[in-house]
This record gives sequence, C-alpha cells and structure tokens, in this order.
Amino acid sequence: MPEVSCFDEMTLADGAIRPVYGKIASWLAATPAGLLAARRAQAELLFRRIGITFAVYGEGDGTERLIPFDIIPRMMLRSEWTRLEAGLMQRVKALNLFLADIYGAQEIVKAGRIPADLVSRNAEFRPEMVGWRVPHDIYVHIAGIDVVRTGEDDFYVLEDNVRTPSGVSYMLENREVMMRVAPDLFADHRVAPVENYPDVLLAALRSLAPPAATAEPTIVVLTPGRFNSAYYEHSFLADKLGVELVEGSDLLVEDRIVYMRTTQGEKRVDVIYRRIDDSFLDPQVFRADSIIGVAGLMDAYRAGNVTITNAVGTGIADDKAIYTYVPEIIDFYLGERALLNNVPTWRCREPSALRYVQAHLSELVVKEVNGSGGYGMLVGPHASVAEREVFAAKLAHDPDNFIAQPTLALSTTPTLCDAGIAPRHVDLRPFVLIGANGMRVVPGGLTRVALKEKSLVVNSSQGGGTKDTWIVEDSIFDEIPAPRGQNHMI
Amino acid sequence: MLSRTADNLYWLARYVERADFLARIIKAAQRLATLPTSYSGTGTEWESALESSGAAQGFRATRGAAEEASVVDYLAFAPDNPSSIRNCIKFARANARAVRTALTAEMWEAINGAWIELGRFETSNNGSSRYDREELSRFFEFVKKTSLDYDGSVDRTMLRNDAYWFSRAGLYIERADNTARILDVKYHVLLPEHEAVGGSVDYFQWTAILRAVSSLTAYHWVYRESVKPWLIADLLILKKEMPRSLIACYDNIVRFLDAIGDAYGRVGPSQTQARDVLARLEHATTNEIFKIGLHEFITAFVEDNDRLGETISEQYLLH
Repeated sequence: MPEVSCFDEMTLADGAIRPVYGKIASWLAATPAGLLAARRAQAELLFRRIGITFAVYGEGDGTERLIPFDIIPRMMLRSEWTRLEAGLMQRVKALNLFLADIYGAQEIVKAGRIPADLVSRNAEFRPEMVGWRVPHDIYVHIAGIDVVRTGEDDFYVLEDNVRTPSGVSYMLENREVMMRVAPDLFADHRVAPVENYPDVLLAALRSLAPPAATAEPTIVVLTPGRFNSAYYEHSFLADKLGVELVEGSDLLVEDRIVYMRTTQGEKRVDVIYRRIDDSFLDPQVFRADSIIGVAGLMDAYRAGNVTITNAVGTGIADDKAIYTYVPEIIDFYLGERALLNNVPTWRCREPSALRYVQAHLSELVVKEVNGSGGYGMLVGPHASVAEREVFAAKLAHDPDNFIAQPTLALSTTPTLCDAGIAPRHVDLRPFVLIGANGMRVVPGGLTRVALKEKSLVVNSSQGGGTKDTWIVEDSIFDEIPAPRGQNHMI
Repeated sequence: MLSRTADNLYWLARYVERADFLARIIKAAQRLATLPTSYSGTGTEWESALESSGAAQGFRATRGAAEEASVVDYLAFAPDNPSSIRNCIKFARANARAVRTALTAEMWEAINGAWIELGRFETSNNGSSRYDREELSRFFEFVKKTSLDYDGSVDRTMLRNDAYWFSRAGLYIERADNTARILDVKYHVLLPEHEAVGGSVDYFQWTAILRAVSSLTAYHWVYRESVKPWLIADLLILKKEMPRSLIACYDNIVRFLDAIGDAYGRVGPSQTQARDVLARLEHATTNEIFKIGLHEFITAFVEDNDRLGETISEQYLLH
C-alpha cells in the first residue's frame, strides 16, 4: 500500500514541535529511556494491583488481561476541545430527537430523508418502544463518540456508541495512575480534571428518577456479572456512584414495580443504569433464554415505574447504516450543519456504491453494519488477497449488511514502544452525559492507541492500548513576560 | 444491602480465616513430625492434620497414604480439594471481585495481592506437588500475613455498617469452627486421666494445639504455669480473653448479629440461637465439660455452630 503521510500531533512534517506538546517533547528528551521504561513498569504494577483487567472472550474461563497503558499523554488545547465538544453535543442532541421521532411519529421517514426499511427492518429497532414516551424524551443518557483526527483542523466521527458504551473507567483510572507516575508533568500543565465524571453521571441519573420516587431515589448499576469483559468497569462505576451493583437475579418485579433483594427484604428501585444489551434485559419480552435479565422489567418500564438508562432501543441510532445519515439527521431536527464530519461512507445497500466497493476492496475499510469491537471488518490495504476474497463473498451474499469507508490517515502521537518512542495511530472516545438537568461532556476522554506499527485498529480486544488525554488551557503556552530589566552585575 | 453482597462478604471472611487456620495446622504438624516418635507420641500427625481441616474424607478417596508431602500438597495446593489454601484464596478473591463495590481499596488490595502472589508461587513451582521446605515456610508466612493484612484493612478502613457486621460474623463462625475442630481431633490427649497414663509424652501434642491456634504464649500469660491439658481445654473453650476461644468467638458473633438486628429494627432466629450458645458457654465449667465428655461437648458445639451458619444464611443471605 502506498504510504499515506499522516498528521503527527507532536511533530509537524517540517520537524517543528506543535506548542501543545512543547513540554512533553522536552520531558521526553530529558528523561533517559530506562526511566521511562521504569515508569511504565510502575504504571503496569498499579493497574494490576487495582485489578483493572478485562476478560477476553474465547480465551477460556477467567482469563484476565491488562489493557496496555502508554505513559505519554495525548495532548489537546482547550480551544480545540471546545470545538469538538460543541460538535459532540450537537450530534447527541440530534440523535435523541431522532430516537423520539423513530419511536413516535416517524416524521423523518415520512419526509423521505431516511429509507423506511432501514428503520422497520432494522434488527435494533424495538417495536416495544413504539407509541409511548420515555421520561423527558431522553433516550441516550450516556454516549461515547469515537473521534479521529487527520489534520490540524480535521476531526471525523468514526462511530456513535449510544447503547452501553464502555471505557470511561479507563479514562478515570489512567488519570489516577498518570498522577502517580508523572507528578511533575502535571504540575507543569494544569490539566483539566476528569475526576468529577461520576458526580455528573450521578446527578444525571438522579434527574431521571420517575415522579413516584422519593427525594432519595434508589439507583443501581445492572451488570451481566463478573464474567463479563467489562465487569471491572461496572463495579468501578457503582463504587464511584455509591450505588449497588446488581445482577439480574438480585432484582424482581411485582405489580410492575422493580425491587432488589436486600438483607432487609425488598427495596424499590427507581433508576437502572444497565450494562446489559436490550435483548437480554427481560426474558418475557426479548430473548427467553436470558438468565441475566429480569422478568417483567419491560412492564415496569412502560408503566413509568422505573427509568432504564440508556433507554431500550437506542441501538438503532448507532447502527453503522444509520450513521451515514447523521448529517441529514442533524439538518432535519436542528436545521444546522453538522459541526463534526462524518467519514465519507459507501452504503453497500445502494447498487452503485456496492459496485464501487467491490472494485476498490484493497483501498477501503469494510464494516458490518452491526459489528463492534473491531470484529467482522476488513481493513483492505492490510488484508491478504485470500482474506479479501473471503470477505468479497460475504459482501456479495448480503450487501445490505455492510458499509465501506476510505482508510483514514489517523493522526499519530508519540508512544513508548519496545524499540523506543515512536508515532502510533490514535482515536478518542469522549463521553457525553445527558440528564433532565442538561448535557455535559467531561473534558477529555479515552485515547486508544494502536500499538503495532502502522496498525489502525485501536480496539483493546485487538491489541490496542490506552493513554491519558490531557486538555490544557491555551494560555499556559503564552510567552512568560520578560522580567524587568536588571543589571547583570547582580 | 443486597443479600448477595452480604453473602459474598460473609464467605470472603470465612475463606480468609480458613486459609490462615490451614497454614497453622500444617506448620504445627510439620513441627511434630520432625520430633523423634518417642516425643511426638502416635506418629499420626498427618492423619490428624487432615481430620482437623475436615479434608480427611476427600484425601482418602483420591490419595494414597497420609504422609507429609501428599498431605501438605492436598491441604495447601490441591485444586481438587475444595478447602485447600489455594482454593480458599481463589474463592476469597472470586467473592471479593463479585462485591468490589462493598470493599475498601485496602481490602481489595490485600485479597488481590494474595491472589497474584499465589499465582507467582504456583508458577515458580512449575506445577510440581513437591515443595522445598524453605519455600513452603515462606508460603505459610505469606498466608498468615494475608489474613493479617485483610483483617487489618477491614478493621482500619471499613465503615461500621451491616457490611462490616456480616463480614465479622463470617470470620467468627469460621474461627469457632476451626478451634472446635482441632479440639475435637485432639480431645483424647486433653482428657485429665490421660496425664496419669501418659506422662509428659503428650507435652508436644499439647503445645502443637496451642501453636495451631497461635496461643502458646497466651497460655503462659493466662495461667502462669506449665502446660496442663485441662487448662488448654479451659483456655480454648471458656476464656473470653483468648481471641480464638469458642466463648470469645460467640461473644463477637452475638455482638455483630445484635448490631444487625438493631440497625434493621428486627431480630430473628439467628440472634436467639447465638445467644443460647453463648449462654451455655458462659455457664459452663471445665469440670462439667469433662463430666459430659469433652468429645460430646465439642461435637454438640460444632453442630450448633453449623446450624447457626445455616440460620444466618436463611435469615439474611439467601433472599
């Protein structure tokens, strides 16, 4: 494949250091390689002791791994962040309006802006949600939007995650660990804090309690259990929120009211921050074989006796086919131009697009409409001829299930690798929180880094790592005023 | 709190206590086994260690003769012994992981650190069931330190609420069971008439019991005389100031169950049962116990203790 020249966030093509990385560059230059390695080892030890691990599916029972952590922070200026933040909020606002419409009057379909079958035949469309309104008309309460950068001013949204996005515990723990291994760097940078994320989340969850709840609503985090790959995050969040971490078997529904089983008998539950997919939530309504759900939950939900976050049925808004329509969605509901770019996308369901994709497989990234975690996708330029042929057959068999995008030249940031410091591709997942009390984005997010040279896949399940993301005030790079004139004799 | 959370905390405490007890039992047996048989008496130390730990049946079904290497491996490391030290640590960590939100960072680090250390120990031994004595000694020290770490972090960092009380109730139910078991296995060397028959041969048996419950020094402080078997029974059953005695365990069990009852504004069968057992211990004397028969007394106690465990489960943990 022809080498695409990509934007490095620290060093420009002419060798100049971008100001936001100025102090990082001097720190890297001044710190011996051995010391950096020692700090990385120290960070890894901290992660292992805290137990921040994730389970890898398909590696046998109980395998726990660490996500590699890179100790060189990913830097961004406040002014860049402010632009990004506005774009994220615009997007999530529009997606919430879209969901309320899709499960309501479907004006956007009637207006012909989105094909009807893309909604009605979508596996993530939940007929159970049609014809009633969720509290405050908010469907998405927690969103993780994946953003990539390709140039000084070019940001693209890669995908919207509005079902049960994960990764926020890494954002928070990465920060804690960085503060312990590089305290001096912190002192030099005045980094915007992320530690208030749990408080903002708690305020949002409280604002969503049903009217019948008391002034102290009971909030729980619902997890599939300790064998789930994100279990650490579930327990982390429950702990930081100060609420119970429950499994399906801890809950029961009586007369359309949800209770949890406690040592003092049953206690009413008002808000459920669920980390279980829709299809496992309630065996009476969705998959009957689900043993991690709660029978009767949907009844209680529709009766307005409990709030579920994110709402059931949000999957239709982060579907990769719907993704391609997000600029139109923003225009339709807000009458605004999208502030953040979508990656140009070929919808393989359209015959002319399919023909183009088939002819250019070796240049494109082809994704399953419903895939996630980097599975079920073809990175054309990196795939072998055989892999491309296998994929071409799948594509021809079910074109509706695929979209294709050009390989973006993702930006790189300096990363500590075995051979020293080298540029590696990164993306960014900031988290947007939406309650009845408004919308907030904690400044920062989870930076994921592809540790393998030239790799563009940042998913932790595919060998990616993470970095702490630092939003720093533009003003700290202002020139320090020269001291008043003094006599050199002093 | 969630019943499941209470259940996990209760069992977490029990597994940590059990691991500690097993390490002590093995160390005491090792000590006896190194003595000439004319000192150690019967020469069946490894059988007793199996009996005291409640693992004798499982051992007999799957292993050969009870000799040092096989018993140590079974009690300390065997994956197929549900109560091996290794499994206690694993189960403790599984319970801890299931209720991380109810643990303080220090409690979690104590358990998770032990689990990591165990993995390191198993790797360095390459899956062999033979162990270097020095390695073993380090391992048992590590296990004892784990229980101290865990216990200390519970004491120093946990909020005094129902989570704490369930955790403590678990610890003392387990401890009472352990002390009773070792008394039950060794009761024959504690009978008063035994001394007249056997003379000082049993001295090392007696001190081994005291070592297993880490109270050899305490004995001397309490009685200020040489080791007498009936005084050992007195110490381990009826002395409140001895932290592993049955009565001290029940003093605590009653206290913590009552705290739960007070907080919930409701008491149930577990509070009543615990009080009954404590009252019986408070009114008992060593003379009476020997009159009933030490063995019979202990057997009845073990049954009462098991029953209380079941009642606690039914009343609070299995909703």
